[in-house]
Amino acid sequence: MAETAPLICRDIHKTFDQLEVLKGISLETRKGDVISLIGSSGSGKSTFLRCINLLETPTSGDIIVHGDPIRFKNNRKGERIPADNRQVELIRARLSMVFQSFNLWSHMTVLENIIEAPINVLKIPKKEAIERAESYLNKVGIYERKDYYPAQMSGGQQQRAAIARALAMEPEVMLFDEPTSALDPELVGEVLRVMQSLAEEGRTMIVVTHEMAFARDVSNQVLFLHQGVIEEQGSPDKVFDHPESERMKQFLAPKF
Amino acid sequence: MLDLKGYGPALAEGAVVTIELAFLSLALALTLGLLGASAKLSGNRVLTGVATAYTTLIRGVPDLVMMLLFYYGGQVAVNALSDYLWETRQVDFFFQFDPFISGVVTIGLIFGAYMTETFRGAFLAVDVGQIEAAKAYGFSRWHTFRRVMIPQMLRHALPGIGNNWQVLLKTTALVSIIGLTDMVRVAEEAAKAERMPFHFFIPVAAVYLLLTAGSELFIKWLDKRANVGVVRGN
Repeated sequence: MAETAPLICRDIHKTFDQLEVLKGISLETRKGDVISLIGSSGSGKSTFLRCINLLETPTSGDIIVHGDPIRFKNNRKGERIPADNRQVELIRARLSMVFQSFNLWSHMTVLENIIEAPINVLKIPKKEAIERAESYLNKVGIYERKDYYPAQMSGGQQQRAAIARALAMEPEVMLFDEPTSALDPELVGEVLRVMQSLAEEGRTMIVVTHEMAFARDVSNQVLFLHQGVIEEQGSPDKVFDHPESERMKQFLAPKF
Repeated sequence: MLDLKGYGPALAEGAVVTIELAFLSLALALTLGLLGASAKLSGNRVLTGVATAYTTLIRGVPDLVMMLLFYYGGQVAVNALSDYLWETRQVDFFFQFDPFISGVVTIGLIFGAYMTETFRGAFLAVDVGQIEAAKAYGFSRWHTFRRVMIPQMLRHALPGIGNNWQVLLKTTALVSIIGLTDMVRVAEEAAKAERMPFHFFIPVAAVYLLLTAGSELFIKWLDKRANVGVVRGN
């Protein structure tokens, strides 16, 4: 029997008011996949990522996390909403997200940030959560900053702390929403190196990114989104070196 | 040495009444403020309407008028409710709406309205990303509220709470009008009887000043604690 796919998205549509931002996006992951979502601003790649963990509710389409389909219902206004908030919470706990602007809880130290969800959502004993947090802090290379508050650290350190927070959930899939876009150029490398080491360990990752070198070298699948549809999809080799779509060719063309 | 002409113990008791009144009113005001702000931000039309009616009404009517209304009107309302419960359900329910209770209820209601606005603004000032991160990690709504929204909201609310508290403390002086023997009432009687207004009112003023100055220090300390992890100046 084939291994259960960590995440399947089928024909995801998302409409804001009148504007259709996603026009049917599908994606299937296997364990250990690193999938890069690329495309220009407004192409819908971040919205798609936010639909996966229900920060946005897809207008239609299915999301199946490790064989468990998210259930939806319609509210009185006829809008589609999740049927079971508890299910959404459990699924979110299995898909941890790394945000563009880190979003570490600013009133908690780095360590507190990392143990908060494992203790309160996964119900892991505090001692174990701390051990887990410390090992992941070591992994991302900021163990000695564990008692700092987020605002006392550089952007690169904050983002690495946020990655440790995501790892501590030991998630099915990690979702990265432009993790290096808010960083000073000289800090981008330290975050990308951490992400590369995660990819090499075989963690399943979906990464919205503008870092073409990362998409090409680290991911095994690239999706190019344009105006809410997947224009080009396949191995980095295919997408970057032998693109079929005109849009993709334009996107890759030298800008100056 | 300050000679209080035998009014010392009565003044001290009055001061205790003032402090009790202030703290109980504060507790009520904070509770109403949190409820009011939650209602206004709930997105539910009925709740928002009720909370808006509450703040508009309370903030638009003079404190003194409210106090007289609750003191004289409060007992009438309790009597009516008592009669109704007894006649319809044989429930024996009654309490005396004394000046202290009217004071707590009135001041609590008035400052609950101001606290509602303080808390509402403070909740809105919490960065959306902080709440999104909580959601994305599977926090329930209650857990998000308790662990992320409340501590972050307090950073923005504490200056306003401190301000409201100082005004509240001074507003307690109004209860002397409805006959509660607080510090001001005792001083007024003593000043009249002894014809020594400065002699009695200045110590009373000093006690208020002491209380407000002490609170200011306490609020400063709280503010520092709430803002742990905030780096200023960048």
